[in-house]
Amino acid sequence: MARKVLVLGEVRDGSLRNVSFEAVAAGKTAAEGGEVVGVLIGESVSALAQEMIHFGADRVVAVEDEKLKQYTPDGFSQALMAVIESESPEGLIFGHTALGKDLAPKIAAKLGSGLISDVTSLEEAGGNLVFTRPIYSGKAFEKKIVTDGLLFATIRPNNIAPLEKDESRSGDVSSVSAEIKDLRTIIKEVVRKASEGVDLSEAKVIIAGGRGVKSEEGFEPLKELASVLNGAVGASRGACDADYCDYSLQIGQTGKVVTPDLYIACGISGAIQHLAGMSNSKVIVAINKDPEANIFKVADYGIVGDLFEVVPMLTEEFKKLKVNA
Amino acid sequence: MNIYVLMKRTFDTEEKITISGGKINEDGAEFIINPYDEYAIEEAIQVRDAQGGEVTVVSVGTEEAEKQLRTALAMGADKAVLINTEDDLEDGDQFTTAKILSEYLKDKEADLIIAGNVAIDGGSGQVGPRVAELLGISYVTTITKLEINGSSATVVRDVEGDSEVIETSLPLLVTAQQGLNEPRYPSLPGIMKAKKKPLDELELDDLDLDEDDVEAKTKTIEIYLPPKKEAGKVLEGELEDQVKELVNLLHTEAKVV
Repeated sequence: MARKVLVLGEVRDGSLRNVSFEAVAAGKTAAEGGEVVGVLIGESVSALAQEMIHFGADRVVAVEDEKLKQYTPDGFSQALMAVIESESPEGLIFGHTALGKDLAPKIAAKLGSGLISDVTSLEEAGGNLVFTRPIYSGKAFEKKIVTDGLLFATIRPNNIAPLEKDESRSGDVSSVSAEIKDLRTIIKEVVRKASEGVDLSEAKVIIAGGRGVKSEEGFEPLKELASVLNGAVGASRGACDADYCDYSLQIGQTGKVVTPDLYIACGISGAIQHLAGMSNSKVIVAINKDPEANIFKVADYGIVGDLFEVVPMLTEEFKKLKVNA
Repeated sequence: MNIYVLMKRTFDTEEKITISGGKINEDGAEFIINPYDEYAIEEAIQVRDAQGGEVTVVSVGTEEAEKQLRTALAMGADKAVLINTEDDLEDGDQFTTAKILSEYLKDKEADLIIAGNVAIDGGSGQVGPRVAELLGISYVTTITKLEINGSSATVVRDVEGDSEVIETSLPLLVTAQQGLNEPRYPSLPGIMKAKKKPLDELELDDLDLDEDDVEAKTKTIEIYLPPKKEAGKVLEGELEDQVKELVNLLHTEAKVV
């Protein structure tokens, strides 16, 4: 069924985020031959419209207002609702980013529609558009369909491949005016979080502990291994939440993203949030009692065993290696 | 200060997920308060202790959520409400849950509503902002700090690593990000007291809702476990030999040590 799909382009520091092009590709699939309309919202964003078109949007609608310089749920929802009113789309695709996560449910509530969040793939199957998304932090997946009303989804970045950029593509760029008023949340300041403690982002070797470390003292063998390898100690969210270590050690979606040469994950189950922060490490070693732990799926080498047995043995072996070297 | 917390009972994060009969197998699984909702409960208690007022924890679910509601009461919440949908609903989605919660909350004159920013099972993060919109109040998601001064609030929001300092006013809905606080464990006296605190149970009827009003807009057609990926090498043999082999592989094959 051909449908008109609006795709929200997301602008950061004056450029379109990659997820915008992935969303266009998802929009193309969702449109099933219908029109893909890019939407840009900001203070001055229409110059970016051509790029959305090059990546597959048929045309672009922009809403520009100085009150839209920064994202606020009120401002952006007013802008978007004006576009929705003028375009009457049958589908909406946003990125599952901080902005998309914040805005999409508000729009869905306004429209009384469903919303399928954090989609990693979509395809037409058996007359339905089927959305796949992780549940239980990626321990399982579900396939969902929309049963009533608007087809609305947010897509997880880096999962749906963008279409090939074609600079010969052209399309209409128009603007929609919206009255942006009564913003109830005002951004006073944006603070970049300063790194504190061990600089995980720069470390060549990281020994990270998870819930399996069991206590603050449980980090000791990891620290010893790290010191032998001149590495830094990191942690999963689980370990931080359990108070085994400080949040500044946290690696993952909301912590630090690291890419050391060697990442040794000890007692880390491998929640998708954690994997997001470390899966680009050059070599990953997993040590975990649970052979089913997700971490083994991204690990180059794995040892199924108790970290309290394995880690001290590793430390000894590396010491020997250093002596012999 | 009239404070409400939206709470969900979820699988323990450590639970292994298995599927039977096309559904997530719940047999023998441990259940907990959704970890992000624990931050919400803790924050609500702290705000109440500083400002006065009352904390009511609300959950949409089945009778089994009573255990987690009691835990919230033991932590220090004043009242709990279970909106039991067991007899009325087979499947709901976020539209459903938000509709039910907003119907319950619409005449409660809440000053502050706190929810987790996401539930670790479904992982959609929709219900908080949806409820705020349905109630016509503003919201701030993924917060790491909340300061209330009279009817205004200063909130720090985590935005992919950066922090936004946001000024807004009550009534307000916020969703908790990790780092907001450190949820307390229920104390023994807290657990004793919780037994006597009110835990009300409502059904859709009590909210003047029909099944049709809250019928899901989306449907899950399949649940499956991720395919076993061709992962790297899981070593075998005696642990001692595995460790030796690993060090050797890292040194000679991967050349990272």
